[in-house]
Amino acid sequence: MALDSKSEYDVRTFKVVGTRVQRPDGVDKVTGKARFGADITAPGMLTGLILRSPHAHARIRSIDTSAAEALPGVHAVVTSADFTPIDDDDFTDDILANCMARDKALYDGHAVAAVAASSGHIAKAALKLIKVDYEVLPHVTDVDKAIEPGAPVLHEGRSDETVPEGASPNIISRCEFGHGDVEAGLAKADRVVERSFKTEATHQGYIEPHACLAQMSTDGTADLWCCTQGHYMVRNTCAAIFRMEQGQLRVTASEIGGGFGGKTTVFLEPVALMLARKSGRPVKMVMSRSEVLRATGPTSSSSVDVRIGMTKDGKITGAFAELRYQGGAYPGSPVEMGAMSAFAAYDLEHVKTVGWDIVCNRPKQAAYRAPGAPMAAFAVESAIDELAKGFGLDPIEVRLKNAAREGTKSSYGVTYPAIGLEATLRTARDHPHWKAPLGPNQGRGVACGFWFNFGGDTCVSLNITPDGTVTVSEGNPDIGGSRASMSMMAAEELGIPYEKVRTIVADTGSLGQNEVTDGSRVTFAVGLATIKAARAAKAEMCKRAAMTWGIDPEAVEWRDGAAHATGHNAGEHPPMTLAEIAAIASNTGGPIAGHCEANPEGAGVSFATHMVDTEVDPDTGATKILRYTVFQDAGKAVHPDYVEGQFQGGATQGIGWALNEEYIYGEDGTLQNPGFLDYRVPVASDLPMIDTVILEIPNPGHPYGVRGVGETSIVPPLAAVANAVSEAADVRMTQIPMSPPRLLSAILAK
Amino acid sequence: MVAVTVFGSLARFTDDKTTVEIEASNLRELLEGLGEKYPGLKPQLKRGVSVAIDGRVYNDSWFQPIEPDSEVVLLARLKGG
Amino acid sequence: MSKVHVTTSINGDPTEFLCEPDSTLLDVLRDELGLTGSKEGCGTGDCGACTVTINGRVVCSCLVLGAEAEGAEIGTIEGMAEGDKLHPLQQKFIEHAALQCGICTPGILVAAKSLLEHNPDPTEEEARYWLAGNLCRCTGYDKIIRAVLATAADMREAS
Repeated sequence: MALDSKSEYDVRTFKVVGTRVQRPDGVDKVTGKARFGADITAPGMLTGLILRSPHAHARIRSIDTSAAEALPGVHAVVTSADFTPIDDDDFTDDILANCMARDKALYDGHAVAAVAASSGHIAKAALKLIKVDYEVLPHVTDVDKAIEPGAPVLHEGRSDETVPEGASPNIISRCEFGHGDVEAGLAKADRVVERSFKTEATHQGYIEPHACLAQMSTDGTADLWCCTQGHYMVRNTCAAIFRMEQGQLRVTASEIGGGFGGKTTVFLEPVALMLARKSGRPVKMVMSRSEVLRATGPTSSSSVDVRIGMTKDGKITGAFAELRYQGGAYPGSPVEMGAMSAFAAYDLEHVKTVGWDIVCNRPKQAAYRAPGAPMAAFAVESAIDELAKGFGLDPIEVRLKNAAREGTKSSYGVTYPAIGLEATLRTARDHPHWKAPLGPNQGRGVACGFWFNFGGDTCVSLNITPDGTVTVSEGNPDIGGSRASMSMMAAEELGIPYEKVRTIVADTGSLGQNEVTDGSRVTFAVGLATIKAARAAKAEMCKRAAMTWGIDPEAVEWRDGAAHATGHNAGEHPPMTLAEIAAIASNTGGPIAGHCEANPEGAGVSFATHMVDTEVDPDTGATKILRYTVFQDAGKAVHPDYVEGQFQGGATQGIGWALNEEYIYGEDGTLQNPGFLDYRVPVASDLPMIDTVILEIPNPGHPYGVRGVGETSIVPPLAAVANAVSEAADVRMTQIPMSPPRLLSAILAK
Repeated sequence: MVAVTVFGSLARFTDDKTTVEIEASNLRELLEGLGEKYPGLKPQLKRGVSVAIDGRVYNDSWFQPIEPDSEVVLLARLKGG
Repeated sequence: MSKVHVTTSINGDPTEFLCEPDSTLLDVLRDELGLTGSKEGCGTGDCGACTVTINGRVVCSCLVLGAEAEGAEIGTIEGMAEGDKLHPLQQKFIEHAALQCGICTPGILVAAKSLLEHNPDPTEEEARYWLAGNLCRCTGYDKIIRAVLATAADMREAS
């Protein structure tokens, strides 16, 4: 399949794509019928619960489960002794160790045992009967303290070859990107800003806690139902953990109540399968909110130092950033993504970033929407804002002067093709928001953001039913309206009404491998595969029409939902519609389908500019968001409502990160705010309408020009809000969240 | 020969060069060639890399062609949310 | 611990159930009665995904005991549409793309319906404060608030 040609994109006029059709799962979701992770049951089902470490760092001397096992109604108890470590795959072995602690509990909330019982009440009672003998160890939860000499060490021997000799064992890896000579560049500047920034860990905060239902038969086959961003990933990970053949484990994705990257790995599923295997019964597990916050992936907290030099006319001469991200108790913080993306929005001759992946006694981080990029953008965009304002320059003009464009060699080494950053900046500059008056204690901030996007393994099967409707099977959970988008692209390609296409998310037994719903890949990659599958079906339908007419298939072309005889000497034949061809499919060779199995790489990068007005109460340090506008390049907005929704949702999550959300650890290393009361995500009354401007600079790597849009929108808001608050409060804020106490003390310290 | 830009932290495994020359006509040959010529890169190659060829990012596609004048940049393996 | 016998009305249906004295109404709805439209997002009354009405009043069903349903009239998302006719709010939420993942949608719809019963002409600010107890992590609330205000306008026009 020619997925790799220089340009997939054809300029065209759309009929379905770009309209605002109603989503196919809408009625189920507004009537309560949609079935999410916790909404399914099985006959004879047991309830599974997990016992979690109350200590941030503790050696597990022994676990006595005998009393729990003896409790009537308890059918299985599981500890790490039931699982076999995976010696040749650290990545999967860390996931397993995170699901069930081995010799040490590495953070408050780390799972240490699990039970399955005939009722939730009995399971709870059984947890209390499990005796764990802990030797409490010193702990560390701060990223900078974790690399100080003498800091408590989580793992020995995990540092890779990039880490200098003698460095802290809590440093897992070091990376470096950039080009030119930063010191020479900085020497040319009229001013150099040097600042350190910190961001706290935030949680993806999906409203649906993790849930699954597992069954395992004595013949070795197993079934899982779960809420996940990637049921194929769940299958492959669990199969590796259980040494099962992947084909023996069927995973069905439920409707998913939000993920934002946090459901791209497993927490419960291997435990539920083990409980199901030991008990011989189906086992359902549902996390509580406090379990979600204590033990599933928040994002990294970070500490970032930047040095940026600028001439007095606004040209950046040199830029450096050193980023330290803690990824929780296991390797894998997204610091490489932060280091690659930090200066990606700018055309720089001298630029360098250094990243450090660090472990500490916190839950293993999981991806969160553009993982690693928002923290880096917070530091860089704050420093650029400070330089621009220091010279009395317009912050948008400064960004335009330095903006990356087609032909720019990016800070991570790649020369950009056509990109939309300048368009977002110009549109922002010309928008009424930029010129609107501000009142006392109010400030306006802007910031840019960048994200990569990628493709990955994708299967789509498109079937034509005998009555001429179309079903599309895809393998990526629909996290924000993607079934509608797939149906739209199939309808567009086939030239039939949207209502004639129904898209479903198929289980792992029905399609081949599918990459997780991540990397803003679904509308791009699954959309591309859907278009290719539709093209394959069209070719087959043209062939069937040619057979019917007794002419050469090359003399038939597809347009407006029908086969037309158009070739030279094709003769006069009335067009055959899709429904007419479908009706006689049995007579012309059997059912008609198109499919596409591909790894469509070459996703286009995406840029955004955000603009926000804030008002700060100087007496309390409270910040109100007055106005917010998102300018982002979508390539082509397949369903504009859901593109706007991604822009608005990402901006709002970023506002929460900037102002309120944070993981607060006590002196004892336990999480102090494991609930939505104290871990405060934005509520409706915190916000104004989030205005959006969709720009469409086509991605040459997609037939319709589509770019991923889901992640970029969380990259600029941390800095945009910080720039606005810093202006409103007249003090540069370098730590987020800018919660009222933190902002108030900064105001008082002026 | 293809000129490959490797990121800074890998330069100590490529004789301190950030641009190295590899005989390769596709991604597979490129990755194999890098590992053979600079064995110090093997741990990173095993952990995973992404490769940008003429501005487009590839993770896995072995037979993606690479022209002698292509811009080839080694990246840390991309992750998403 | 013996179970409590409760006689109640759910979405107009006479209903009896047995529940543990410490079971929440949400647990009863979901686990005993199969009404899984009400969701548990937090279990502490902070997210509103489990919003139902008791005798017309909006409550988090995770903060109410099942036993407290005795003699009450309970309204859940399953009772919002009349037969195959969606409530105007339900229809408008679909038209306005006021949901992405949909997990918070049942709770928000129950709360919004109650808002419009109390206040047929809410301002944006009133709608935002009424719904401040219902968390949505996907949408940024923009399209939700627009859908609620548009429904209110339609319903005022129709009445």
